[in-house]
Amino acid sequence: MEVQLLQLFNGISVSSILLLIALGLAITFGLMNVINMAHGEFIMIGAYSTYVTQLFFTSNIPADYFGYYFVLAILVSFAVAFIFGFVLEISLIRFLYGRPLDSLLATWGVGLVLQQLARSIFGAPNVAVQAPAWLNGGLEVMDGIILPYKRLFIIALVAVVLLAMYLFIYRSNAGRRMRAVMQNREMAACLGISTRRVDSMTFAIGSGIAGIAGCAITLLGSIGPSLGTYYIVDAFMVVVLGGVGKLIGSVFGALGIGVTGTFFEYWTNASIGKVLVFIVIIAFLQWKPKGLVTMRTRSLD
Amino acid sequence: MELTAKASLQKKILLTSVYSIVVLFLLLAPTFLSDFRLSLLAKFLAFAIVAIGLDLIWGYSGILSLGHGVFFGLGAYCMGMFLKLEATGGKLPDFMSWSGLSEIPWFWKPFAHAWFALPAGILIPAALAFILGFFTFRNRIRGVYFTILTQALVIIVTTLFIGQQQYTGGTNGITGYQTIFGFSLSNQSTKTVLYLVTVVLLVAVFILCQRLVRSRSGRVLRAVRDAENRARFIGYNPSSYQLFVFCVSAGIAGLAGMLFVLHVGIISPTTMGIVPSIEIVLWVALGGRGTLIGAVIGAVLVNAAKSGLSETYPDSWLFFLGALFVIVVVFMPRGLVGLFNDIVGKLKPRMQTIMQAKGSKMKKAGSNG
Repeated sequence: MEVQLLQLFNGISVSSILLLIALGLAITFGLMNVINMAHGEFIMIGAYSTYVTQLFFTSNIPADYFGYYFVLAILVSFAVAFIFGFVLEISLIRFLYGRPLDSLLATWGVGLVLQQLARSIFGAPNVAVQAPAWLNGGLEVMDGIILPYKRLFIIALVAVVLLAMYLFIYRSNAGRRMRAVMQNREMAACLGISTRRVDSMTFAIGSGIAGIAGCAITLLGSIGPSLGTYYIVDAFMVVVLGGVGKLIGSVFGALGIGVTGTFFEYWTNASIGKVLVFIVIIAFLQWKPKGLVTMRTRSLD
Repeated sequence: MELTAKASLQKKILLTSVYSIVVLFLLLAPTFLSDFRLSLLAKFLAFAIVAIGLDLIWGYSGILSLGHGVFFGLGAYCMGMFLKLEATGGKLPDFMSWSGLSEIPWFWKPFAHAWFALPAGILIPAALAFILGFFTFRNRIRGVYFTILTQALVIIVTTLFIGQQQYTGGTNGITGYQTIFGFSLSNQSTKTVLYLVTVVLLVAVFILCQRLVRSRSGRVLRAVRDAENRARFIGYNPSSYQLFVFCVSAGIAGLAGMLFVLHVGIISPTTMGIVPSIEIVLWVALGGRGTLIGAVIGAVLVNAAKSGLSETYPDSWLFFLGALFVIVVVFMPRGLVGLFNDIVGKLKPRMQTIMQAKGSKMKKAGSNG
């Protein structure tokens, strides 16, 4: 029983990271019909931003304040990944609208370049980010069940980001414009919305959230230049499973893949577990080929 | 009307002669290439075969598969198992005894026989493609969704092959082959024969695919690519055509994988990973998707550049590869063959106006006289 609960907790923890990564993907795919394979590299950028922030603190700021660096690192990761995303959108992505497969290939190339860039700046070996002292240890909820503060922190962080995204998309003017462009680009443009600006802002925000995901991942282990590739395909599976167009689809997709994946891997082993998750996803798509939550549309394609 | 028929005939003769010169050149390559270059070329030609396979599905039916590394790898593993069992003489392979196995597993046993192993190298990838394709095309899961699923397939198969070390050799893969049908693999004359076999199979696959895309089914495929719903409303079932071409394409990839093992002497999960799978796509994109010859050109060119660049500057190769993806997609979406056709297309009208000017002069001269 304890073990099952712990697995459930681990599953939710994995899901929360997948969700952070998949949020940006689902929105850019739904909004611009662009598949961004370099999204994994934004995670990597976020992780290295955290690493650099930590280096800055240890060398320039008195050790008493070291505990606070992580809060700042979250903002820095977001900002750096946001800028990278914005630049990528205005320099490359905007030429690839409506060509999802081409955008997939081009952004894959960008990802390769970014990875190699990180390798030449920070070196190929993994680097470790030291977690602040207040995240060490865990919460003992029952005998034998200790929930690490780090994972709890990540889940809380994801909840905050999700709430912020919800407020942004459904309660702000910018979010309303974004939804309008997503539902009917031409009509939105006719009503005076600058779809160009909406596109680039949304893409940058999605990238920034990937940066936050990278920052969170530094708590779970050491980081390397190819960090993003571990997560990116799973994150895309979340998009496929959850469907595009609504936030809630990604939440369910991430929970589904994260929790079932953790349990399958616990019951069998890491490699068989992955196979089983894949089979479950294919089986699920037999029932709902477009994913869990889709936008209603009368167009055929 | 007569003129265009004549022009197309001329074009046909020109193309056929160019192709036959290239094939002749490839067949004669063993006489003037060094052993090292020949084995490199043999590897590139094996890659060209898988590129044709991918082009068949991506270029002609618009379905992008990032899973061809897996089909290639499955074919390669079939050949690898066959060669390994021949090397050990039917006894337990070395890596199995290291992992604590005392008996050859049941699914390894049939691979000791060539009549099973060689067809299996084509049929097993095709069967996997059938299973994945059946459950996706049937539900009209296509475009990006299908592409992501094929990429997930790559991750799963590679982790499976790494994880099941006792059956697959894990990360090291399967190597240590000695002979094929009793001929030593390290012998240069065997290598030359295997090279020639590769050339013949490349030509055979090329002709087969050309016939396929020019047939009625090929036309339906292109119709599905360009307007799937319209093709459906006319009464064709797009999913069965897509499924068929996906299986053929996977089988071709398996064949290429078998040849690859013969030339390289090792198969490991890295050869079928995500990066090799997407590199195949780049070859086709660079050469020109939707033209079979483009796939061949792309595969040979990119791999020649790779072996040249990565030997001298291993770091810059990835920068180069990344940049190539962006450049090809943004600036030359129809690849080198498309670029060539554009240039020819621009020159042609000029030539024609010159010819017409000459023709009208002659006509005038005729009417006056």
